[in-house]
Amino acid sequence: MSVEQVVFLVLAVAAVGSAVGVVISRNIFYSALLLVACLFIVAGFYVLLEAPFLAAVQVLIYVGAIAVLIIFAIMLTERMMSKTVRGWNEQWWIALIVTVCLVAVMLYVVVTANWQVSDAATPSDAIVALGQTLLSTYVLPFEVASVILLMALIGAIIIAREEEPVGVVGEQKEEER
Amino acid sequence: MIPLSWYLIVAAILFCIGLYGVLARRNAIGILMGIELMLNAVNINLIAFWRYITPEVLTGQVFALFVITVAAAEASIGLALIISIFRNRETVIVEDVDMMKW
Repeated sequence: MSVEQVVFLVLAVAAVGSAVGVVISRNIFYSALLLVACLFIVAGFYVLLEAPFLAAVQVLIYVGAIAVLIIFAIMLTERMMSKTVRGWNEQWWIALIVTVCLVAVMLYVVVTANWQVSDAATPSDAIVALGQTLLSTYVLPFEVASVILLMALIGAIIIAREEEPVGVVGEQKEEER
Repeated sequence: MIPLSWYLIVAAILFCIGLYGVLARRNAIGILMGIELMLNAVNINLIAFWRYITPEVLTGQVFALFVITVAAAEASIGLALIISIFRNRETVIVEDVDMMKW
């Protein structure tokens, strides 16, 4: 067994363990911290897969932005951190059966399928090629993604903004008249 | 060299753990965290297929980038909705927010 495979197995065990922790932890704050660990480990997978740019993006966006956003949301809704609240709904056992069946089917397919693995090495300037692909073949999705991010930004601000008291605004308008 | 199927197995397990979180959690933030796990599993698959099947064509990496972008948008909107619901209804338990249920 090569060094790469040992590293992969360690990362895999850590990823699955922290993901299970995210789902079953009673305290939602511990879940968020374990989610950060899991996202970091996924960045490690990207490094193993020779995609360093994606690993950096993963750490910057997921660990840096989304995880902080989730922790902020937990802080703003802190009553849910109490341990008396039940963590799972009544259908949790149905969910467990469905999930176990799905994972069994997926593992069966993955193990039995005949993957046409290519022996070609990754291009030496993969990041340059990625940038060129993004701005040539995929330039339209690239621009649409920027519009989506702008919409999400504006939408999040408008949805989460504190409503002004309606009466005060109405009175001001009447005074102006 | 790590076999391709190892990555696919880990991604399948991560996806199903996230799916269980989405289906069984009562806390809306917990559900969002399950969705993030599922999206990450998909990204592992995309990049593993890129690396092992078409390393010359960078489509897998490009799609993983778009998935990350949309995940960021989804998380920000979802958390804004949760904060707004908490402000109005004092709860983030999805079963308590059923006023649009028939």
